Amino acid sequence: MVLRLGIDVGGTNTDAVILDGRKVLAGVKCTTTEDVMSGISEALEAVLEKAGVERANVDVAMIGTTHFTNAVIERRALDPVAAIRLGLPATACLPPMVDWPEDLAEVVGDHRYMLHGGYEFDGREIAELDRDGLRRIADEIVAKGIRTAAISSVFSPINREMEEEARDILQAAVPGLSVVLSSEIGRIGLLERESAAIMNASLLSLADKTITAFGDALKGAGLTCPFYVTQNDGTLMAAHMVRRFPVLTFASGPTNSMRGAAFLTGVKDAIVIDIGGTTTDVGSLQKGFPRQASTVVDVGGVRTNFRMPDVFAIGLGGGTIISGEKDDLTIGPKSVGYRLGSEARVFGGGTLTCTDIAVAAGEAEIGDPSKVADMDPDFVAAVRARIGEMLEDAVERSRVSPEPLPVIAVGGGSILAPDRIGDLEVLRPENFAVANAVGAAIAQISGEVERIFSLASQSREDCLAQADSEARATAINAGAVAETLDVIEREDVPLAYLPGNATRIHVKVVGDMEGLDA
Amino acid sequence: MLDLSKGTVSLTEQDLEALEIGSGILGTGGGGNPYIGKLRAREVLRAGYELRVQPLETLDDQAQVIPLGGIGAPLVSFERIKEGREGLRCLRALEQRLGITADAVACEEIGGQNSMEPLVTAALAGLPVVDGDGMGRAFPEMQMTTYAIYGHRTTPSVMCDPHGNIVIFDHAITEKWHETMARACVVAQGGASVLAAAPMSGAFMKRYSIPHTYTQAIGLGYAVLEARRDHEDPIKAICDREGGRQVFAGKITDLKRHFKGGFNVGVAQIEGLEGWRDSEAEIVIQNEFLIFSRDGEVEVCVPDLVVVLDLDSGLPLTTEVLRYGQRVAVLALPCHPLLRTSDALDVVGPSCFGHPEVTFRPLPAKEAAP
Repeated sequence: MVLRLGIDVGGTNTDAVILDGRKVLAGVKCTTTEDVMSGISEALEAVLEKAGVERANVDVAMIGTTHFTNAVIERRALDPVAAIRLGLPATACLPPMVDWPEDLAEVVGDHRYMLHGGYEFDGREIAELDRDGLRRIADEIVAKGIRTAAISSVFSPINREMEEEARDILQAAVPGLSVVLSSEIGRIGLLERESAAIMNASLLSLADKTITAFGDALKGAGLTCPFYVTQNDGTLMAAHMVRRFPVLTFASGPTNSMRGAAFLTGVKDAIVIDIGGTTTDVGSLQKGFPRQASTVVDVGGVRTNFRMPDVFAIGLGGGTIISGEKDDLTIGPKSVGYRLGSEARVFGGGTLTCTDIAVAAGEAEIGDPSKVADMDPDFVAAVRARIGEMLEDAVERSRVSPEPLPVIAVGGGSILAPDRIGDLEVLRPENFAVANAVGAAIAQISGEVERIFSLASQSREDCLAQADSEARATAINAGAVAETLDVIEREDVPLAYLPGNATRIHVKVVGDMEGLDA
Repeated sequence: MLDLSKGTVSLTEQDLEALEIGSGILGTGGGGNPYIGKLRAREVLRAGYELRVQPLETLDDQAQVIPLGGIGAPLVSFERIKEGREGLRCLRALEQRLGITADAVACEEIGGQNSMEPLVTAALAGLPVVDGDGMGRAFPEMQMTTYAIYGHRTTPSVMCDPHGNIVIFDHAITEKWHETMARACVVAQGGASVLAAAPMSGAFMKRYSIPHTYTQAIGLGYAVLEARRDHEDPIKAICDREGGRQVFAGKITDLKRHFKGGFNVGVAQIEGLEGWRDSEAEIVIQNEFLIFSRDGEVEVCVPDLVVVLDLDSGLPLTTEVLRYGQRVAVLALPCHPLLRTSDALDVVGPSCFGHPEVTFRPLPAKEAAP
């Protein structure tokens, strides 16, 4: 069997699991440390010991992390970026980063450039690439000491040649310059794709450090296996790809916990509630994957067009503070957060939290139950009823059909969930607390294609088939097993108001990683 | 709230946020996402220009009012964003061709991204935009404005692209010919241009435009923003303001799209939720949401407005972002009486969208609504 190590590095907790095939051998939860790495090392040692496996026998490690999202949200460890757009005379009215929060644009350095270049929708050049302009920018990059650049050309998802030529020109003039191309990252929608490329560029040195540190932490624990990082859609990126595309890890947290919930229960269609210390994330699982959000998703105040899980968060978790009397209750949204271990009553603190109620109700054995033994049972019942209502409300919002789908409760705070939510049964899998690390451990490999096809010379079916086979080839290249590939997204949107029957086709396939038969 | 009772008003950034939402609602799924247009208007405002909206009533009868808007594929306009002064070049070229000076700019289509282009162009030209438009919603073709329906001949007109190309359509024998030629030209220009049509008189605009639609769109946007801020139901807020009603809530269970003569055609199937649990609904799409039927019966059809909103946020959804599994609310809003005359129905009725089998039965007018 194949031994897999899954690690989830969250803002509060670092979780680790070891899976033997489909079986969870052990799972642990540790506190995330300021330096991140010592928390990982601690979790690693604990889980290896608990599982009782030989380090050398671990075949592969998968890591899920919110490190890069948090860096953007907290505006830290971001590098200045030369943001270069090829598209003039078009696009002049909206320069790069036009809709970014000012503080973030400032951190990234306000180095905005627009040059002639780019393509029309039908492949014609908008203008010849301004090569002299690029050389002038190269001089400025050197003068300003900037080390990374992001290049975005209009309609580069259809044709990336100009972005590539611009990169070559810059790198010839500025040796060692890291360059991110928007066509490597995003889809049609210039501002969103360009913003993603710029954010990605600003994260490159952090990605390099982080991936090196992950590798060191694994090596330090005596693990020599390859490791992967999970991306937004619950699939994997090789470590060397994360060094180039950290931005693709942005929403992997909720995705991992939902995928882990599906795996642990064997249920592919369900509502997942992930109850943490401060918030509960609720999302819908369809065919084992999270339902995607249809509206645009903000990351740190920047509009992106990443495909992110459609997750609804409410302020309810194990550390949520309760005040008032049974007829006049207030539950949250404030939480004691990571101070649960000192401030909750069962831990000798003076704050009444949801965890105390779960213990008082006999739902959990945490801390010292005697500290809450004298609580009025009516009050406890009232709080539990209210918690049930809050969860029912959130579940109803994510429910996509009248069918009685089960609710899967995961996360450290899932002791709060009642046995039924409304008319829905609640499943609480074993290892529920570390579902996100399990989700990382079982992540798959994907391949994706999105571009505009002309239906003038071939049928729609042929175009779809062509897109399918391109997506499959990409996945196989990335390490997926051909026989396990499955199409999980297939979308074609005809381009309105244009003759020539152009259509935008997007196909995504996923499959198991080579050497792993999950 | 935008209050034009005391005369011309300059829009604020907050007004633009509201207009983005409100024009999205009136776009009935089409007209393109107004986000890019909002950013452009905001940049113009930040550069020191004024975005003025003039009350229809204060327009001089003799005023030369130039209607203009973007033309092309919305998807292109999100990728190959405009240069920015296309509209201004159109306006100046038209003034030169006709030997006139424009007094105001008119909006052709309040629904979707075309709500923003007149504001941007007028601001750059130092002119106001009149509080009204030619559709009160979004429609796919140029001849589908009350301006054209009630006799305005839209040529000579001017079309400009980001490159600086200027095309004058000197004379079209019908509005439909104008549309056909313009459509061919916009493809040559890269799929997203601006077109300014022949000027209307102030008197004509007052008589035949759909009145007060900037006020309406901005008001709708504020209704949604305020409902969300106060944790109230934005869908109810929209209905209350516009005398519309919610006709369905449900989840999209199937979405068929195909392509017909350059248009995005499709059908969305919706399975009922909430009070509509036992019903199934269907929406016919052709760039906009055209016909809503429930359990096989047509309940709302074009030119009345079929609005599809995200069930949770109350934000409008365009036909392009619709996906399987989405939870949506469907609203019916009555269109303006100017779109319900037999002259209008000959141009914007269901038969004009390939549905001669559907008879337009008007929703109760706004005033008569509860």
